Amino acid sequence: MAEITLVEAITTALAYEMAADDSIIVLGEDVGKDGGVFRATDGLLAKFGGSRVLDTPLAESMIGGLAVGMAVRGLKPVAEFQFMGFIYPALDQIINHAARMRNRTRGRLHCPIVFRAPFGAGIHAPEHHSESTEAYFAHTPGLRVVIPSSPAKAYGLLLASIRDPDPVVFLEPSRLYRYARQEVNNDGKALPLDVCFTLCKGEDVTLVTWGAMVKETLAATKLLEQEGISAEIIDVATIKPLDIDTILASVEKTGRCIVIHEAPLTCGVGAEIISQVAEKVMYSLKAPPERVAGFDTIVPYARLEKYYLPSEKRIIDAVHRLMEYT
Amino acid sequence: MKIIDRFEVEYFQYLDENSELIDDSPPLAHDIEALLDLYRTMVLVRTMDTKAIALQRTGKLGTYPSTRGQEAVFVGVGKAMAATDVLVPYYRDMGTLIQRGVKLSQILLYWGGDERGNVFLNDSEDFPFSVPVGSQPLHAAGAAYAIKYRNEDRAVVSICGDGATSQGDFYEAMNVAGVMKLPVVFVICNNQWAISVPRHVQTAARTLAQKAIAAGFVGEQIDGNDIIAVTHRTVEALKLARQEHQPRLLEMVCYRHHDHTTADDASRYEPKDLRQQEWVKEPVARLRHYLEKQNAWDEAKEEALRVSCAEEVDVVVKEYLCTTPQPLSSMFDYLYATLPRAYQEQFEQLKNLEMNKHG
Ligand SMILES: Cc1ncc(C[n+]2csc(CCOP(=O)(O)OP(=O)(O)O)c2C)c(N)n1
Repeated sequence: MAEITLVEAITTALAYEMAADDSIIVLGEDVGKDGGVFRATDGLLAKFGGSRVLDTPLAESMIGGLAVGMAVRGLKPVAEFQFMGFIYPALDQIINHAARMRNRTRGRLHCPIVFRAPFGAGIHAPEHHSESTEAYFAHTPGLRVVIPSSPAKAYGLLLASIRDPDPVVFLEPSRLYRYARQEVNNDGKALPLDVCFTLCKGEDVTLVTWGAMVKETLAATKLLEQEGISAEIIDVATIKPLDIDTILASVEKTGRCIVIHEAPLTCGVGAEIISQVAEKVMYSLKAPPERVAGFDTIVPYARLEKYYLPSEKRIIDAVHRLMEYT
Repeated sequence: MKIIDRFEVEYFQYLDENSELIDDSPPLAHDIEALLDLYRTMVLVRTMDTKAIALQRTGKLGTYPSTRGQEAVFVGVGKAMAATDVLVPYYRDMGTLIQRGVKLSQILLYWGGDERGNVFLNDSEDFPFSVPVGSQPLHAAGAAYAIKYRNEDRAVVSICGDGATSQGDFYEAMNVAGVMKLPVVFVICNNQWAISVPRHVQTAARTLAQKAIAAGFVGEQIDGNDIIAVTHRTVEALKLARQEHQPRLLEMVCYRHHDHTTADDASRYEPKDLRQQEWVKEPVARLRHYLEKQNAWDEAKEEALRVSCAEEVDVVVKEYLCTTPQPLSSMFDYLYATLPRAYQEQFEQLKNLEMNKHG
């Protein structure tokens, strides 16, 4: 057992699975010698060689399309994009091809691919390095969208994503890459996809979140605890397809629901969750549900980004508002 | 000033517009049995094409892209491929697909709006029809990588149109195939038009074949109305791909003797007499005249072929028209390997619609 960071957990999971399955091919820009811009693929080239760890030309649509061709022919590509802001040239390949191959061929062919990308603000990066547009992918039938929030989740969910027979967009919160260490057993055990994780039990309010915002949400909860407010935190983990049942059960218990995401408010995944809460458990609600989200703006450059990201204070204020209803 | 590189693009034609053989023609030019086989397949494709257009005009088929006048490209490429090679087609590929075991009724099924048209054979390893133009040469490169990785003795053929070569993905595919030395042959069916946009608006380059030069491998131009050239050059390119992992680009120059699809009206943009002028070069008559000169074909044989093709087409049209519809639930059946729980509620709603439909 070792204490590792989230990005080390990614590398560990990749190495474990590549050793177990020779059909796994890691590809992307700078993933070989350089080990990826965040070093997520560090050491893999030395361990597995140049036919399994491919430094590709700099062309994202190509990475996406090449992976589609590989996957259809029985390989399991794990494609890295350097940042979510650079995945857009590959959207066509991901949405129009990877996500549709099984359906297009009535199950004759399929596309087991993992598209990995770091995402999110808060790392003082240049423009296009802070995007959090997971909703684009969550809107797409045929994809899974998985977002880990800790080293152990990164390890277990990445293994599950690689083993999944369908395409997975695996978004790694760059703000958490080296934020904390956690003991992770390198035992090859995957965590389940398509389920939410309840991080702590509570009675008064359900806080639904994912990725890097788990950090602020946990911190806010500690402060609320001192005021005697007990929050239940749900880490959604797989935002598509969404395990709404776990969320609804929690909201039925607490009667209050807040969704916290750093992605822009409008048409974010929070809108989907709140709408299902309204449709399905409205009569359990003691207060109108709320979203605490990024603004509908372009993620500002480093100097303003902390005002963009939902803060502990914004979360606590929202909880206070909801607690006023009895 | 010094010149650091030069390039040339070769042009291949063996059977000219007067059905005369050019000197250095390959053995295929004298293999009458093989030529008869090519001829019959081209005539079948043309018959089927005419029928498909008629079906669309009478409301029995959706929008359909004609292959009229381009038969040599698709039929020749299909004949050149080994069964174990992998085809990554585009929507105009009927002539290739039927040689890969796809039934004509399935092709109709696809254009009739039924996904089962893309199943091909259950054990087919070929890629399905795909509509986004220019995206599929990348799939071919990926498939070729898988073949190379597994050390298999096979190659991949991807076909696209001249318009598709303007897409970034087309160039990205060639580039990565060159860098990684992949067993893939990129075929361009240069039928001169991308809907209304003529070839010279796609690129200022003299040939499309020369696009390969920038990717570090050979591109050649081929008379796409000469099925001997199409077939022979594709066979040669596939050999190099399989044996030496050399990618190659083959630009087949032909002409689109129909509207882009049945939803299009080429009279809005096509110069008036151009199609007539181009028809002189069309591939089916060119081979027929050659076979006649070799005393291998005559009017009686032509008539017999016409009848048998018409009969075959009638059978597949009946098959197509009698196909039972897919269950509504098939909308959900192939989204994921197993339907996620999150979909269950919507799936139930659809099943209720189905029960109402039948109940
Ligand atoms: C990415 C994309 N853009 C636009 C279209 C609409 N469209 C369908 S066919 C076509 C023209 C393609 O021309 P070309 O590649 O020369 O092939 P051809 O149909 O002439 O054989 C266009 C623009 C499409 N299918 N995909």
